Amino acid sequence: MTLTTNDTGNAQEILSAQEQQWVDKFMDETTLFLGPDPEIMRNHQIHERTAYEDECISKGVSPLETDRIRKRLAGSLDEAFEMCESMGAAPGAKWADLSVAVYTAEGDVTYLSNRGVIAFSAVLHHPIRYIMKNWKDEPTVGINPGDGFFHNDSRYGMVHNTDQSMLVPVMRDGQIIAWVGATIHEGENGACEPGGMPSGSETPFDDGLRASPIKIVERGHLRRDLLTFLQHSTRDPKLMLADIKVKMGAVRRVIESVDRIIEEVGQESFVAALRVTVENVEAEVRRRIKELPDGTVTFNQFVDSTLKENILIKFACKITVKGERLIVDLTGTGPEILNRAINSPLGSTKAFMTQAILSYWWPDLPRSTGALSPIEVISEEHSWADAGYDAPVGQSLQGSFRGFSALQTAYAKLQFSTPKKYSNVIAPWFNQINDFLWGGTTQHGEQVGNLCADLNGMGGGAKAFRDGEDAVAPLFCAMADIAEQEVMEEEVPFLQLVSKRLVRDNQGFGKYRGGMGYEMIVASRGTPNWGFMTVTSGSKFSSITGMFGGYGCPTYPLSIVKGINIYDIIRKDPSQFDLSIERIMNEQPYEGGSYQSAHMGLQFDVAKEGELYMISQGSGGGYGDVLERDPELVAADLQLDRISAQVATDLYAVVWNPETFVVDVQATEAARAEARKRRIARGTPFREFIKGFVTEEPPADLLYYGSWGQDNDEEVFATHWGGQEPQRVKGKLSEIPLVMIPDRRVLKIEAQDKRIRELEAKYGETVVHKS
Amino acid sequence: MRVPMTEYLYIDLSTEQWVCRPCGHNLGDARGSYKEGTLVFDRDPREIHPPIIDPEKYEFTFSPDPAFCRILEYCCPKCGTQMETEYLPPGHPPTIDMIWDIDALRTQWEERGEDPELVVDYGPGENAVTDMRSTHEGHHNHSHR
Repeated sequence: MTLTTNDTGNAQEILSAQEQQWVDKFMDETTLFLGPDPEIMRNHQIHERTAYEDECISKGVSPLETDRIRKRLAGSLDEAFEMCESMGAAPGAKWADLSVAVYTAEGDVTYLSNRGVIAFSAVLHHPIRYIMKNWKDEPTVGINPGDGFFHNDSRYGMVHNTDQSMLVPVMRDGQIIAWVGATIHEGENGACEPGGMPSGSETPFDDGLRASPIKIVERGHLRRDLLTFLQHSTRDPKLMLADIKVKMGAVRRVIESVDRIIEEVGQESFVAALRVTVENVEAEVRRRIKELPDGTVTFNQFVDSTLKENILIKFACKITVKGERLIVDLTGTGPEILNRAINSPLGSTKAFMTQAILSYWWPDLPRSTGALSPIEVISEEHSWADAGYDAPVGQSLQGSFRGFSALQTAYAKLQFSTPKKYSNVIAPWFNQINDFLWGGTTQHGEQVGNLCADLNGMGGGAKAFRDGEDAVAPLFCAMADIAEQEVMEEEVPFLQLVSKRLVRDNQGFGKYRGGMGYEMIVASRGTPNWGFMTVTSGSKFSSITGMFGGYGCPTYPLSIVKGINIYDIIRKDPSQFDLSIERIMNEQPYEGGSYQSAHMGLQFDVAKEGELYMISQGSGGGYGDVLERDPELVAADLQLDRISAQVATDLYAVVWNPETFVVDVQATEAARAEARKRRIARGTPFREFIKGFVTEEPPADLLYYGSWGQDNDEEVFATHWGGQEPQRVKGKLSEIPLVMIPDRRVLKIEAQDKRIRELEAKYGETVVHKS
Repeated sequence: MRVPMTEYLYIDLSTEQWVCRPCGHNLGDARGSYKEGTLVFDRDPREIHPPIIDPEKYEFTFSPDPAFCRILEYCCPKCGTQMETEYLPPGHPPTIDMIWDIDALRTQWEERGEDPELVVDYGPGENAVTDMRSTHEGHHNHSHR
């Protein structure tokens, strides 16, 4: 195991240089296993220029030739991307949840395919550095032409554990001069629940496959022994085989292009082009930071779920600009929870910071490791955004997506005053994968586990000059697809009985409103064994805010009707095929059904034929004061049933004719003037307001994790269960007790037992309770 | 010189004050938080995000839970423009969301040598062009130049 800097810190003070050398030698010779290396994993900066790169660059770099090489690579990577998209077996591949990239010899991403997931550009240098450090000179492994390395564990550098890589060296005369890699969101990975993103994982071993970088392809040949191990470790052996081959094929295609480029321009020009691209991106990022105003923007997020129970855990973020420096400080973020799936490794959190930078700050830059490299990140290990080795990370998107939102949201304030902008001023993008994961036996008798493409239907944030787009794209992939449901239904045994129907009032309201999300109602059919899961937070606390006076998204429940078979009901009475969450849950029209609402952390739930599972996609944030919204836009939303009369009246203060939807301009102006007066009348001056609102600590009955306020972010609050009762503690992250939350069913039984005893005492019943 | 810092806020570099862009009201020291000069209202989130499924029957309804989430609404005390909202746990201190280095801001704009009200817009694209001059001085905000 690699020692961390902290581990050696005290020893260095005590030991002489000679003694330290002996300790190092001893440790090197007695390594138990090569786990994730903190020196690699905590570093997001580009590698220093190697001697060979320096030599190549010193022979002269032509900007025109470099640009031509980049464009050739971009074309080749896009071709390889399409190969993965069209041939990949994973649902994620079919909807663009992948990337193909070219790397420098030391692993810095030089260029990523134009489509796909940008976050990969900030995380895949880790496994290559690991391979270069540990396997290159290891006699039992080594790196040879035609080799291909596989990994999926985010502790070694991956967006999350559902993704699987194929990393292949480009070699000349025994020397590695570059790498080419393809990475796909494969889904199924053998975790405790199907689909690869288990909300129920309680230990790292529940997260599924834990592949450190391994050589799955040796000199061009797929190793059957390792392949068999990988297939045996997951629920979908066909998927594993198919996509390893697809990724290998796509990578080989890029390597053919690289070979032709090297033939044309020479090896040295090629290597120089890769290196200067990374360096140029880094230099350009520094220049753009300098264009921002100096100061600090703070944006805190509060996440309401462990995916098993409702809590509030803070994702704190202060962004400070000073000249060319930009510092992202996550101090104050809540602690990791050692038996819940929401924790994120720091590398994954940073990957989504890069996603914000390269898609919402500076989308014109080449997708390169250089983009995050000059940005300083302050984070303490063992927060939930910087999980330690022993924390489960099965649903790490809960933490890492907050890294995205922290940077995306703050940027509206950071960039507003700049005269040269590279992207529009925009409200927050929706940041949850409101989606169904599923698994079981298909109508074709195959074992599968994966997810619907509807996670790609996130609502876009409102721009400063127009409404957000409905269900447009996930935050991680601008051109992802929500797929053809009918095609999916040929492969999996459930129907989306309602699909892509907008939910009224599901908006981030504002002068310009956020893009809306749609509802989905699914029910299994024709399968002996099936189940659904959901894996998101935001059922009690809105997961995104608005911008400059606009509002955030609503919260989202999971609605379920058990104990019915909707197919039988519709068969008997086709008029019952009038489905919406609102109607079904409020009218409860199906006799004998059990109607339940819950938060959106549903562990694998067996879905009998015809039982209904219902969720809604989320909305983007609204921009600006609701009273500035063009009344005609309000009337248009009313006419299309996108908003209720209550919202149009109470929030937008619009007066209209309900028959014709014609706006009464004068009455609206008067209503709005009145609404502004009411705001002034009910508002309290800030200082006075604080006295009445602010409390010393979080409410006693709230399971709160993180700093309270921002004056002392070093001190965090937490609740832990050291004894019989939960206990609130506060202190430095490194000093508070480990946080593990008891099984909610045990707590429920305890509460029920207590109530039973109260009732027995009340009614004088004597019952002997044996334990 | 006034620098548009958000949709509804300038920093006036000559007076070093936060200024409401719609009405020109001074909101306080630009070296501190503009929130100091605002009126705040603690909004029950259910009033903004109405329940879609029946709160009498269900715990989770599309409305945020007021025991978890409050919405602080900040408005200008003169014109009533809502310049910021903030989603917070009950009792959590309001976030000081922006603190700017006024000396650096002044230097930055002196070096640019341009009037920020005339050159700042919403970013790329013709729809993003706007007029950042204050509406209370007779300029029509957001009209395309």
